[in-house]
Amino acid sequence: MSPETPTRPKDAALGTGLGRVLLLVYGIFALSASARALVQISTHFSEAPLAYLLSAFAGLVYISATVGLAIGGARGRLIALISCSIELIGVLVVGTLSIADAGDFPDDTVWSNFGSGYGYVPLVLPFVGLWWIWRHRP
Amino acid sequence: MNGPLSVATIIAALVLAAWFLLRAALNRPPSNVDLWATLALSALVAVLVVVAVIGLFDGSRPSDTPTFLGYLVTTVAFGPVAFYLARLEPTRWGSLILGVACLVLPVLVLRLQQIAEVTTGVS
Repeated sequence: MSPETPTRPKDAALGTGLGRVLLLVYGIFALSASARALVQISTHFSEAPLAYLLSAFAGLVYISATVGLAIGGARGRLIALISCSIELIGVLVVGTLSIADAGDFPDDTVWSNFGSGYGYVPLVLPFVGLWWIWRHRP
Repeated sequence: MNGPLSVATIIAALVLAAWFLLRAALNRPPSNVDLWATLALSALVAVLVVVAVIGLFDGSRPSDTPTFLGYLVTTVAFGPVAFYLARLEPTRWGSLILGVACLVLPVLVLRLQQIAEVTTGVS
């Protein structure tokens, strides 16, 4: 290897097999949450602005978590830590609110009912992400 | 969209998912047969998608056509992407990638069926 070859931080999820699987799952959720928000906002935004903005926000969080986990290093870890924490708080708060008061959430988001529409994967995913960050702590 | 082809695709994907997850659990990388099986499943999915696209022109189409098309594109691309990623990862994690993909594919087909059920007639 020549000295100019850029080296990947050791904790970059892109660098290991398990990390790549994790990135695949995160990528699927980044794609599905963002695409869903895009369709909701572009076709019937006025019906439930709060839920659709939340969808868009969730999509952005998944995208930044995916990127943070992928690049690793000090900056990547910080991005991933913040995103996964927001994700965990989001799924717990929105999950609780959507069960307690369905009126505020007339249309589903990824996080509604703790992600039951997505096989509860949105509930498990932040724990896996945080576990990854913890396991690769410096 | 709700025909035997969809059912066959879902069952094939689930059987393959179980097999790939077993391979990952046994610490086996994807074999050539595994990769060919993924391509075969992708071909089956492609046929399903082509049938669905033809179905768009025979009178009734899903009221949410843009979403339907988005899911069709995602669905047809999913198998080949998994195949490509699994070839890059010749370890047990490659098998896990194939397993995850084969678990997501039935979900995509089910969502397509749901969207297709809500139709508006176009004449």
